[in-house]
Amino acid sequence: MTAAPRTLYDKIWDDHVVHQAEDGTCLLYIDRHLVHEVTSPQAFEGLRMTGRKVRAPEKTIAVPDHNVPTTAGRDKHIDNVESRVQVEALDKNAKDFGIHYYPVTDIRQGVVHIVGPEQGWTLPGMTVVCGDSHTATHGAFGALAHGIGTSEVEHVLATQTLIQKKSKNMKVEITGSLRPGVTAKDITMSVIGLTGTGGGTGYVIEYCGQAIRELSMEGRMTVCNMAIEGGARAGLIAPDEVTYAYCKGRPHAPTGEKWDAALSYWKTLFTDEGAHFDKVVTIKGEDIAPVVTWGTSPEDVVAINGVVPAPSEFSGGKVVAAQRSLDYMGLTAGMKLTDIKIDTVFIGSCTNGRIEDLRAAAAILKGKKVAPGMRAMVVPGSGLVRAQAEQEGLAQIFLDAGFEWRLAGCSMCLAMNPDQLSPGERCAATSNRNFEGRQGRGGRTHLMSPAMAAAAAVAGHLVDVRDVMGVDA
Amino acid sequence: MDKFTTLTGIAAPMPLVNIDTDMIIPKQFLKTIQRSGLGKNLFDEMRYTLEGQEIPDFVLNQPAYRQAQIIIAGDNFGCGSSREHAPWALLDFGIRCVVSTSFADIFFNNCFKNGILPIILPQDQVDVLMEDAKKGANARQTVDLEAQTITTSDGQSFGFDVDPFRKHCLLNGLDDIGLTLEKVSAIDSFEMTASAARPWV
Ligand code: SF4
Repeated sequence: MTAAPRTLYDKIWDDHVVHQAEDGTCLLYIDRHLVHEVTSPQAFEGLRMTGRKVRAPEKTIAVPDHNVPTTAGRDKHIDNVESRVQVEALDKNAKDFGIHYYPVTDIRQGVVHIVGPEQGWTLPGMTVVCGDSHTATHGAFGALAHGIGTSEVEHVLATQTLIQKKSKNMKVEITGSLRPGVTAKDITMSVIGLTGTGGGTGYVIEYCGQAIRELSMEGRMTVCNMAIEGGARAGLIAPDEVTYAYCKGRPHAPTGEKWDAALSYWKTLFTDEGAHFDKVVTIKGEDIAPVVTWGTSPEDVVAINGVVPAPSEFSGGKVVAAQRSLDYMGLTAGMKLTDIKIDTVFIGSCTNGRIEDLRAAAAILKGKKVAPGMRAMVVPGSGLVRAQAEQEGLAQIFLDAGFEWRLAGCSMCLAMNPDQLSPGERCAATSNRNFEGRQGRGGRTHLMSPAMAAAAAVAGHLVDVRDVMGVDA
Repeated sequence: MDKFTTLTGIAAPMPLVNIDTDMIIPKQFLKTIQRSGLGKNLFDEMRYTLEGQEIPDFVLNQPAYRQAQIIIAGDNFGCGSSREHAPWALLDFGIRCVVSTSFADIFFNNCFKNGILPIILPQDQVDVLMEDAKKGANARQTVDLEAQTITTSDGQSFGFDVDPFRKHCLLNGLDDIGLTLEKVSAIDSFEMTASAARPWV
């Protein structure tokens, strides 16, 4: 008997079903549970109230990232009382329940989705959850990874399982190679621009094709990170030599015989020839340009050499939404993107806060200065990324260019800590969401790649990085 | 969790598409370590000025909708973050049901865990409910979960789909964790088999 061909998603799913009810509802086993301070306090409180324990503390990893200031002295004192209470609650919960923990005093602390892979917690074929929508990031390893709510955090803590219904399979193929100046960020934003923020709803996306294969692990994480902005439950990329090389030698990656066993299992993690996808999107790598967002939804994507669209170009409810976005963003239809002036630049987040992102930004900034009056900051994704960037001399390039060089955390990606935009301030950001108020009430966000953000910092307005690099558009 | 059986209440029209979780509950209110008390900050930046004054135009500030229990919304309601603070804030305000053509996945899940019923209907039916909601406080809509219907103030009824397991949990106010722990022996045996097959996990 030959088994029916299965997708990568099918295979990982099948290997984690604990129980399946008649209506198809499954109890799915969770291999890794990542925890941060904002979405977990009520879950731990729930355990205390019911006298339950954490079922698998050895598979549970916590790190504070959303609230923590990114300036010196934060290990001694956090000024904001509510932030301090949340971080202290995590300190206590980690200790009381005996889970792995990277406090702010630990050099390994950072954004949870950067720390997980960096420490080798995330490995191919695993199920990974976190009370955070950007858990999709870990899909870059061929792990089934998605965000959950706080009630589900409590459920996973107590049972190490999640109640789930299977999603449908969607394939996003990026054929050929990317052109110079075009990055993983441009791939993932272009896909959302094409399919919309609801285009992936109900699906798990597998990204494939030559352009995906040619990405580093860092780039693949950037792609999967924003699967959620496209509405998908998760993004996946089949593991390959690049993946194995990244995992090997990480603190929590297997060694010796276990490594060999893991490797032979990982090599079975690919979509079988002829497996069924419910939806397929194909984009030519050569057609992707460096892109930015103009509005207040991640689907508001345009090529940098384009213009701000008019609401009349849309249909349905999007006409009103587009007008609202233009008003909020203070833009007029038909305006060239490169004429948009900015006053703030944020390089960081779980989308683009890894070493490769900092290298790309530093390459643009070397020997240059940010435009007068520009507030520019780099927030490395983890303490280890920060240390490596210092070792490679990148930190000095940022400092010489006039950037602030911060400690690791989420920072201005969601502005829960002191790093925020003021009303009307306009920011070139490497993060993932441009919602109204995301980076501070009244703040205006344009999403883009690290190289594009760096180029904008120097120019004082949005700019086509290809012009700066001297490559053809 | 409170049971959800039937609900008759005021429906607030919010036709905007892509209402995201940052709109529903801005991040400055995520610093709480409790579930309750978020209702006053529901839709905070749309509802209040920077100085904290109510914005009279915003639907939930209008006298007719202050007691709303249902929201009729534009496409893709609840997109964005996984924050369960979004349904907590809705619930704390008094909202028990949201109707749209589509919802973001995590938000949709989170609703059921908190006794809120999200209903997906086709555009033309959402349009009818939206128009009905615009009539104000005297136009009460009725949701019957057992029968899987929602009815406008003038008696027009639409059927909706709901996952049977979730329906059962809502109707009975059941706690997921308790239900799962009844299957603890299945979890134990899965762990044994899986750790033999994949010892590196
Ligand atoms: S960096 Fe931003 S998107 Fe990533 S986990 Fe932190 S807040 Fe969420």
